[in-house]
Amino acid sequence: MTVEITDVGVDLGGRPVLRGVTATAREGRWLAVIGPNGAGKSTLLKAVMGLLPHTGLITVGGRPVRDLAPRDRARVLAYAPQSPLLPPDMTVHEYALLGRTPYIPYWGRESARDTETARAVLDRLDLTGLAARPLERLSGGERQRVVLARALTQQAPVLLLDEPTTALDLGHQQQVLELVDRLRRDDGLTVVSTLHDLTLAAQYADDLLLMSGGTAVAAGGPGEVLTEDLVTRHFGARVSIGAGPAGRPVVHLRRPTG
Amino acid sequence: MRKGVVFAGAAVVLAACMAAGLMVGAAGLPLKGVLLALADRLPFVSAHSGLTPLETGVLFELRLPRVLLGAMVGGLLAVAGAGYQGVFRNPLADPYLLGAAAGAGLTVTLVIVAVGDGAAVPLAAFCGAAGGVLLAYGLGHTATRGGGTATLVLAGVAVTSFLTAIQTFLQQLKVEELQRVYAWILGDVGGGWEQVAMCAPYAVVAAAILLLHGRLLDVLSVGDDEASALGVRAGRVRLVVLVAASLATAAAVSAGGLIGFVGVVVPHAVRRLAGGSYRVVLPLSLLAGGAFLVTADLIARTVLAPAELPIGVVTAFVGAPFFVTILRATRKVET
Ligand SMILES: Nc1ncnc2c1ncn2[C@@H]1O[C@H](COP(=O)(O)OP(=O)(O)OP(=O)(O)O)[C@@H](O)[C@H]1O
Ligand SMILES: [Mg+2]
Repeated sequence: MTVEITDVGVDLGGRPVLRGVTATAREGRWLAVIGPNGAGKSTLLKAVMGLLPHTGLITVGGRPVRDLAPRDRARVLAYAPQSPLLPPDMTVHEYALLGRTPYIPYWGRESARDTETARAVLDRLDLTGLAARPLERLSGGERQRVVLARALTQQAPVLLLDEPTTALDLGHQQQVLELVDRLRRDDGLTVVSTLHDLTLAAQYADDLLLMSGGTAVAAGGPGEVLTEDLVTRHFGARVSIGAGPAGRPVVHLRRPTG
Repeated sequence: MRKGVVFAGAAVVLAACMAAGLMVGAAGLPLKGVLLALADRLPFVSAHSGLTPLETGVLFELRLPRVLLGAMVGGLLAVAGAGYQGVFRNPLADPYLLGAAAGAGLTVTLVIVAVGDGAAVPLAAFCGAAGGVLLAYGLGHTATRGGGTATLVLAGVAVTSFLTAIQTFLQQLKVEELQRVYAWILGDVGGGWEQVAMCAPYAVVAAAILLLHGRLLDVLSVGDDEASALGVRAGRVRLVVLVAASLATAAAVSAGGLIGFVGVVVPHAVRRLAGGSYRVVLPLSLLAGGAFLVTADLIARTVLAPAELPIGVVTAFVGAPFFVTILRATRKVET
């Protein structure tokens, strides 16, 4: 399903946080939203999820998110927030199972299939051994994968992932991104994720959206957005950008010399 | 399965406490006689209990309604506490600490003073309970913009003191009612079959609604944004649970008076034993709350016999130290 963001604005606490943002995440593709801290990346994801009142138009599969009933919305969009609230004594399995909520009637309960779906997702994320562990007794990286597990259990055609890899070691970063990428290719999922690691963003995303100060300042393929000029200007960082595998750019921090 | 064992265990404990409540008192009754007398009342069963007519009278007119009312009031207070805790995502929420009980107490006193006992009592209690909670919530929310765990309770305490002050004032205006209202305020589950019958319909409805919302309260525990991202209308679920918990509080207060700490102590103990899922916490609180209050009543009746201690004194004696422990535990999590 294609996500279309047209001229979107969001005010938070009486302050404009997003202004005139336009972007498209086409069906089956991966859009990475990048930008410095406070640029409005998380706000954009929340607006797409329908959690924030916004001006402009956001559509998913052609339907405006603000018109979708919560349950229907939760069946097309799955969202893993940057800093989720984790109930300390809920177990990993119970938490992952919450992803089935949009499919359970108000007075109903999970079916055996729901339980099975959650178990399969935990398995794919290497979390089976932790299934019975309460969330308060997990490491930061384990927590992050558990949150992703909950989003994947939702089996929605659009995944919104806010910084899914910040707390992960190298191996797990790769594992998580590969998993998301495989789901995208096999099931045609649309992925919108914020990513702080620009090289990773260039490796996995088909399209990049560079945000700064609440507006979209550049969009396009990795090679078009990750230029030394744009990165220096918006991140205030000195970098050199080289060619990496498959012609995708690799961003290095450059230590000032002299 | 572990969950089944825990439920069975709680049911057995409740049954044991109720049996003790039936047996122990000024006139002790034998367990066998009690069980046979109860069985005799079942349809198609006839058993000879061996109890004297006087003992039978004590059992059916005094002890049985008392134990049933105690179990009902305790279960309601505990399950209401668990419900409020889910709504406010706050393990310290409790009908008593939130101002719900005091609100119900005030409106019930008003009704007793103005028109005497009657059918209006439960309705008045419900309005008072809901009003008290909303007042405490509003106060806690505006005081700190969002509010921490303890802020809500502080606001509840302020509301409770305020409403109690008004209530005391009313009471003093009508001194002839004083004794009755006073006894009721400190808690009393000796209201007899009349009170059992009045309380039961509300109890069943409120408890059923609360128990059916266990899954949704679990969803709410991840926060409003995420609950909404999971397709749940958080505000609506909150409202329904809030109304049901206030109804439970109202039923408990109008039948048993103001009994503190059951709603916070019991769910907390249950969480320790059986985990934090509301699907387990709510039904177990119902059972364990009943057992707790029947036991508290037993102690209240016997410890100073022939005098009776108000039951609220017993629950406060056990509950207050426990409450401090919980407060410390939540402090650790917050910082
Ligand atoms: N509830 C709020 N009220 C007011 N301002 C807010 C609120 N939430 C966020 N902001 C502000 O909006 C701006 C964008 O925040 P957002 O979380 O979208 O940034 P971000 O790009 O995700 O940053 P980061 O890389 O640090 O995650 C920030 O300046 C932030 O201070
Ligand atoms: Mg962010």
